[in-house]
Amino acid sequence: MTHIGLNHFLVISSILFCLGIFGIVTRKNAVMVLMGIELILNSANINFIAFARYGNFGFQGQLIALFVIVLAAAEAAIALAIVLNIYKTFSNINVDEIDKLRD
Amino acid sequence: MNIYDIVFYLFGAVTVISAFFVVTSRNIIYSAFYLLFTFFGVAGLYILLGADFVAIVQLIVYVGGILILLLFGVMLTNKITNVNIKTGTLQIIPAGIAVIAFLYLLITTLLKTGWKTINNPADIPSTQKLGMLLITQYAVVFELLGIILLIALIGAASMARK
Repeated sequence: MTHIGLNHFLVISSILFCLGIFGIVTRKNAVMVLMGIELILNSANINFIAFARYGNFGFQGQLIALFVIVLAAAEAAIALAIVLNIYKTFSNINVDEIDKLRD
Repeated sequence: MNIYDIVFYLFGAVTVISAFFVVTSRNIIYSAFYLLFTFFGVAGLYILLGADFVAIVQLIVYVGGILILLLFGVMLTNKITNVNIKTGTLQIIPAGIAVIAFLYLLITTLLKTGWKTINNPADIPSTQKLGMLLITQYAVVFELLGIILLIALIGAASMARK
C-alpha cells in the first residue's frame, strides 16, 4: 500500500470527470446536464488543488480553484434562467426535443 | 496505513459513489441530493490537500448556493402534481463504453507520467496568504470576477423575469 500522493487525487478527479461526461451525454433533462457540468468543474478543481499541493506553484492553484467556483456560480445562475425560459416556451426541458431557436 | 490514508479513501469513496448515483439515478431529486454528498466529499479532499479556505468556500457556494439553485430549477420545471420526477436517458451503452475507454486512457496516461512532485507542507490556515494574493497580485482578476458576477446576476434576473 503506497502512501497517498498526487496520483490518487488525479485518479479520483479522472473518475469524477468521466462520470460528468457520462451524465451530460446520456441524460435528457437540462438540469441534469447542469449537474454533469458541476461534476466536471469539481474534478478540474481537485486537479488544481492537488497540483498546488504537490507542485511548486505556491498558492496559485488554490486561487484558480476559487475563481472556478465563482464562475460556476455565475454559470449556474445564467443557465437556470435560460432553462426556465425554455420551459415557458416548450413546456419541457428535454434537450433532445428542443431543436428550434424560435417557435 | 495511517489516518490520512483512511480519511482519503473515505472521502474518495463518498465522492465517487455519490457521483455515480448522481448520473445514474432515475429520479432527478435524488440526483440533486446525491450531488450534495459529492460536494461534501470534494470539500473533504480539499481539506486533505491543505486547502482549508477553498473547502469552506466550496461548502458555502456549492452546497448553499448552486445546489439550492439546481433544486429550484428542478421544482420550477416540473409539474408539481407529478410526484415522481423521472428523467429519460438515451444511448447509455455507447456512452458508457466511450466513457470507460476514455477513463482507461486518462488513468493509464497519468499513472505513466512521471510527475515531479514535491511534498509541500500544508500551509494552514491559508486564508491570509490567499487574501494577500487577491489584493496584490491578482487584484485585477478579483475585480473582474466581481463585475462578471454582477453582470451574470443581472442578466439571470432579467432573463428569468419576463
